Amino acid sequence: MRAKTVDRIATAVIVCVAGFIILLLAALLGYLLVRGLGHISFDFLTSAPQALKAGGGIGPQLFNSVFLLVLTMIITVPLGIGAGIYMSEYAKDNKLTAFIRLIVEVLSSFPSIVIGLFGLLVIVNTFGFGYSLLSGALALTIFNLPMMVRLTEQSLRSVPKEQKEAGLALGLSRWKTITSVMIPVALPSIVTGSILAAGRVFGEAAALLFTAGMSSPRLDFSNWNPLSPTSPLNPMRPAETLAVHIWKINSEGLAPDAPEIAAGASAVLVIMVLLFNLGARWLGRVVYRKLTASK
Amino acid sequence: MSAQSLTTKDLSVFYGEKQAVKKVSMDFPEREVVALIGPSGCGKSTFLRSLNRMNDLISGARIEGEIWIGDQNICDPGTDVVSLRQKIGMVWQKPNPFHKSIYENIAFGPRYHGIRNRKQLDEIVETSLRKTALWDEVKDRLNQSGLALSGGQQQRLCIARSLAVQPNILLMDEPASALDPVSTAKIEELIAELKKDYTIVIVTHNMQQAARVSDRTAFFFLGDLVEYDDTQKMFTNPSKKSTDDYISGRFG
Repeated sequence: MRAKTVDRIATAVIVCVAGFIILLLAALLGYLLVRGLGHISFDFLTSAPQALKAGGGIGPQLFNSVFLLVLTMIITVPLGIGAGIYMSEYAKDNKLTAFIRLIVEVLSSFPSIVIGLFGLLVIVNTFGFGYSLLSGALALTIFNLPMMVRLTEQSLRSVPKEQKEAGLALGLSRWKTITSVMIPVALPSIVTGSILAAGRVFGEAAALLFTAGMSSPRLDFSNWNPLSPTSPLNPMRPAETLAVHIWKINSEGLAPDAPEIAAGASAVLVIMVLLFNLGARWLGRVVYRKLTASK
Repeated sequence: MSAQSLTTKDLSVFYGEKQAVKKVSMDFPEREVVALIGPSGCGKSTFLRSLNRMNDLISGARIEGEIWIGDQNICDPGTDVVSLRQKIGMVWQKPNPFHKSIYENIAFGPRYHGIRNRKQLDEIVETSLRKTALWDEVKDRLNQSGLALSGGQQQRLCIARSLAVQPNILLMDEPASALDPVSTAKIEELIAELKKDYTIVIVTHNMQQAARVSDRTAFFFLGDLVEYDDTQKMFTNPSKKSTDDYISGRFG
């Protein structure tokens, strides 16, 4: 009887906690969407912002966010997966690798504003990359890389040992076993994790304030020459992202409809991150099916 | 695909300081089935896994002694372990098909070893699956995942997979202990069939199974090879008392 009572109380507490979290999330999402959705229109998503007049959009910022994300992932994914494979399959278990692991852990919980400052001092000033998309992408790489490394390492470690042995027992080289036997098993979680990391990158502002900059030069969306300063594809131009834009108009926006723009932009940001998450699950499943011929 | 004999000479395996296998010398004649029996932790699985140098993967594991396959001592530091493993197939306790289609599970190995011709691969897949009596059960769904098969079918798929790269020797680590009696019987039939072409070493906890499938039986205890003889003799008239005790279930 007593055990039953305890069980009932524990269950009630857990249900309450879970309910509270769901309520909190729903309230937050609801608030953002209710305030922001009304302001979102095709024009809002595509037109350039206005400094002093009402009716500005977030077109360039949205493009910058997506472009910066792509740049970051191009740098992060190969580095992160490579390092993850090394840590899980090649590195010996000794003090050095334990130390590297510790550093990776510390880096993954590093305050992003500090990474932003580091980016300013090293990438922007010392390397002379200036306020640019490239500087931003490199700063976000520092922000993102530890997570990618850990993710890949853990995904590979969770592949059953027998899979690896089966590959080796067929006379496959270690590299072939990793790439053709283990990675396909680990890929869904690597893909899912990468896209979740991408969501984090998409919403990041602090690391970008001093690296990608807070201004967006006049962009000519008909100019696709990456070397031209007005081309949206030029990686050496400063680029204000959506998250940075929200911060900026909230703190120093002069347009009369600044609060509405901030609300709309926030809603767009949340929706994008939501789409990333849903996309991650979907893509992870599709990739797994494709590679493994399973239903 | 010719069976090859296997010989160990004073083979010891260490995990760090602990010696798991103690100076074991054994002959595995070609086209015979040798069963390794003994209580858990007696070193029989470790011994088996050292025969294709799979223990190399475990950090701290170390081998001393010699393992001869034909005229090659595979414990020589210069041995190409990767190509060695192609000649020695291995089957595990838990079926571990690749997360790939049935066809790919089989074709993957031969393709890696240089066979690109689709027709030739088709043939290898069919032959391997026929050898493991799986062909009729799966021929219409070769593109389905190997994981969709039942446990017993998965295990036969794994055996077929290892046959596809044309080994001389097959190592089996309790290949039927995770299977139901019907599947177990099928695996045992298969072993009897396969010994015409391969030298087979099988670890088993099942005494009846050892008696049924093997020509010779080796009894391991605490890392030592206690007794190694014809299966018939081992089960009717063992020369060591501890063998008799184990086989008749008085310990272990």
